[in-house]
Amino acid sequence: MLAVKVMQEQGIHVEGVNFFTGFCVEGHTHAIRKKDKEKGKRNNALWVAEQLGIKLHIVDISEEYKDVVLNPKHGYGANLNPCLDCKIFMVKQANLMINKAREIAGDKGFDFVITGEVIGQRPMSQRADTMPVVQQESGVEDRLLRPLCAKNLPPTLPEREGWVDREGLHDFSGRNRKPQMALAQKFGIADYAQPAGGCCFLTDAAYSHKLADLWEARNERDYELDDIMLLKVGRHVRPKPHFKLIISREEGENNFLEGYKYQFASLETVSCPGPLALIDGKLEEGDLELAASIVARYSKGRSAESVTLEYRQPKGLAQEVAVAAMAAHELDKSWMIV
Amino acid sequence: MKHQLDVRKLLCPIPVIRTQNKVKQLEENDELEILATDPGVLHDIPAWARINGHQVLETEERDRLIVVWLRIGEKDDVLF
Repeated sequence: MLAVKVMQEQGIHVEGVNFFTGFCVEGHTHAIRKKDKEKGKRNNALWVAEQLGIKLHIVDISEEYKDVVLNPKHGYGANLNPCLDCKIFMVKQANLMINKAREIAGDKGFDFVITGEVIGQRPMSQRADTMPVVQQESGVEDRLLRPLCAKNLPPTLPEREGWVDREGLHDFSGRNRKPQMALAQKFGIADYAQPAGGCCFLTDAAYSHKLADLWEARNERDYELDDIMLLKVGRHVRPKPHFKLIISREEGENNFLEGYKYQFASLETVSCPGPLALIDGKLEEGDLELAASIVARYSKGRSAESVTLEYRQPKGLAQEVAVAAMAAHELDKSWMIV
Repeated sequence: MKHQLDVRKLLCPIPVIRTQNKVKQLEENDELEILATDPGVLHDIPAWARINGHQVLETEERDRLIVVWLRIGEKDDVLF
């Protein structure tokens, strides 16, 4: 937001690009869980674009992004977050966009890419030694300008060509956000998105555990968009290596999982209110009763002698199964994927 | 011309991305009826429309179905 403002102050036309990777925190969970709904459903990228009066291009890169997550050249951060590879990939995509725009529109196209990066602000992608790596490996080279810390970096093409006045740029560095907050105040910006990360599920330890568990169970490091959506929802319980249960925690999750009943076998309580659970994997002999007793544990019938559940296969074949809910002490903590 | 886009069961921002991609194929003053289930579209599609010069004619919620009617505004050269 600030980087754009700094450019606009110099009369430069800016348009925004927002990449959808599938791992974005906002949007999905807000639509599903009640506690997240209360936070409001604002899409920050759209909101920021509107505040700035700029166009925003939302680009779905979820398919191409797989390679970044599965094979990060520069490795992961504390969890399964490939921050440096991610930054390189996104800047590369933006560079391809401006190159294409220049091909189509010539001088009416776009000349360079800006980011809101600040040296030393993030531990992987925004270090003095990794920021030049982003320029080189993305192919953008010196058409990448970081207006908030440009004075700490060698002059870029837009500065050398005089498209941008270097004196109007900034020299912010480090994790302290006070200079940014002061600049925001100068621009009259009182409301802004969470300033320190938190927008990507891959930085979340619990989510990363679930993704690693998925790869281990399938004996393959791969995923589809539905897989990574489902990792955001429900309790994930793996009582045996060959199957796990995704158990809804509330009505919103129930509604969301309902849409997957034609792709996964499912269990749902019928004798009392309770959750909907998807079964990821194939049940073997004796597994149905085990799975049903776990799901019953999370139903209103957990104290009843017997709970009846409907077991439905993806093709629609259904049968009823009656079990006693699993006792709390029988629910092995190691089954919980958190 | 009138067009329809079905983004039911998809969660934001996917409905916005599908709307954006559909609108690229439409002409000025065409109307697009968007069928969705994620309540997020009630914020996101109007915001996207305002940014890009399109007009939300009406929104409606029926049970779990959300319908947004959009009129396509003046279109710039498509660079992206």
